[in-house]
Amino acid sequence: MGDKRVALDEMVADLRPGMTVGFGGWGSRRKPMAAVRAIVRAGIGDLTVVSYGGPDVGVLCAAGLVRKVVYGFVTLDSIALDPHFRAARQTGRIGAMEVDEGMFYLGLLAASQRLPFLPTRAGLGSDVLRVNPELRTVTSPYADAEELVAMPALTLDAAFVHLNRADTHGNGQILGPDPFFDELFLGAAARRFVTAEKVVAPGALLDEGPIQTVTVSRLLTDAVADVPGGAHFTSCPPDYDRDETFQKHYAASGADADAWAAFSERYLQVDELGYRAAVRETAASSATSARGAS
Amino acid sequence: MTDTATAVSRAEVVAVACAEAWRGDGEIVASPFGTIPAIGARLARLTFEPDLVLTDGEAALMANTPSVSSDRSHFVLEAWLPYRRVFDVVWSGRRHVMMMATQVDRYGNQNISCIGDWARPKTQLIGVRGAPGNTINHTTSYWVPSHSPRSFVDHVDMVGGVGYDRAAAAGPAATRFHEIRVVISNLGVFDFDTPDHAMRLRSLHPGVTVDDVVAATGFDLVIPSPVPTSRLPDAEELELIREVLDPTRLRDKELPE
Repeated sequence: MGDKRVALDEMVADLRPGMTVGFGGWGSRRKPMAAVRAIVRAGIGDLTVVSYGGPDVGVLCAAGLVRKVVYGFVTLDSIALDPHFRAARQTGRIGAMEVDEGMFYLGLLAASQRLPFLPTRAGLGSDVLRVNPELRTVTSPYADAEELVAMPALTLDAAFVHLNRADTHGNGQILGPDPFFDELFLGAAARRFVTAEKVVAPGALLDEGPIQTVTVSRLLTDAVADVPGGAHFTSCPPDYDRDETFQKHYAASGADADAWAAFSERYLQVDELGYRAAVRETAASSATSARGAS
Repeated sequence: MTDTATAVSRAEVVAVACAEAWRGDGEIVASPFGTIPAIGARLARLTFEPDLVLTDGEAALMANTPSVSSDRSHFVLEAWLPYRRVFDVVWSGRRHVMMMATQVDRYGNQNISCIGDWARPKTQLIGVRGAPGNTINHTTSYWVPSHSPRSFVDHVDMVGGVGYDRAAAAGPAATRFHEIRVVISNLGVFDFDTPDHAMRLRSLHPGVTVDDVVAATGFDLVIPSPVPTSRLPDAEELELIREVLDPTRLRDKELPE
């Protein structure tokens, strides 16, 4: 069996401008942020971003790499709204497909099952159908003859997820409480990329947790990268909680163009090791100033 | 105890009104958004709706009923409910959610998506989230902490949560499981128990007048005569709210006196 390990930047090198790219996780939870940072470094733009949206959406919007966002929400959880996504929407810089979060799930499921659509009640009567005029309804062929929303497949050119563990063959393990929709993002995508807190030898995942936590099989992955801290500053339990202090720092970068330029220069125009070093420096200096204040 | 300590606050009246929203629901998931709805759902479970199912706010159902300020170390979990499984609950109808509404209209349409034209909003909010699917699949109520002509509007800017008029227009598949039960604001409780499901003032919180509500509402409400007063917590409920469910008074942060 093949060894699927690659460097993070090699994964991103497979992307092209204009692609539709899905990101796993949910809100500000277990987001593949190192992959997002690598995309920003590589400057791959004109992307359609498909996400249970968190700072992945915000960072890519702020970096000017987004043509369109497909979402049911964008939130930072402990901070309700992402300032960069808001700015991008309010200035009309990006396109949008806003759907119910259950419709979103069915879109990924349809894509992963190679179906054109899946039927649902969700969306009926709402403005989701008004603002997405391409959405269609379908009439049940059975006696009920109910008219339902036909949620189209959300087919992806590429998907990134960040997991707690993976093995070198591309099996992936989620040790936190919620697998979210990561399997479906991978299933919906032509190129399937897993980053993990730790990559272990084949068979060794069961030393980390029970078999039920190995929810991503190698059938769903093309490449694996060992990226400790790869979800930072979002949460990645049990490895780490959300870095709330850094998230506030990120949210403050939405204040104006200068704030974003400073954030981008310090944290995004550097490689992943440089990012970690800058985060450590920021944490140390804010701890020092906190002591000074008291 | 002093009079100040025993006087019932508006937040405590609202907590009881929220609890009442789940009365009769039995063994379903009660999903409250906001602090006072969370107190209300827990209060209902500790009193008249013992079979209600509550989530831990992450990926599990919670067997015990801790205070709203408790950290996770105080939670006793009873079953796994990750986000993907939540849709099995939603689409099977075993849930009554109390969402918030930035805007709500006469027929119970709700908006948390954006203010202004959706194509290029004046203010981008969180997005429709699960509101379209919730409202069309199971009972939904709303909590609006700040009742004003900006929140109670003639027409919402983006229909996420589907109201009665829009559900009816969408046909039988949309109305089959649709119920907007109540809208609770800082001024009163509202329902849709009218011939055309237009919003009706069900009760005024103590100290609020009909004129206050009319002035704060951007459309014509159905107003019965006389208008009932929202019920006060009884002694047991007051003790549960103050001593068990919200000892650090988070309710006052959401709804200051």
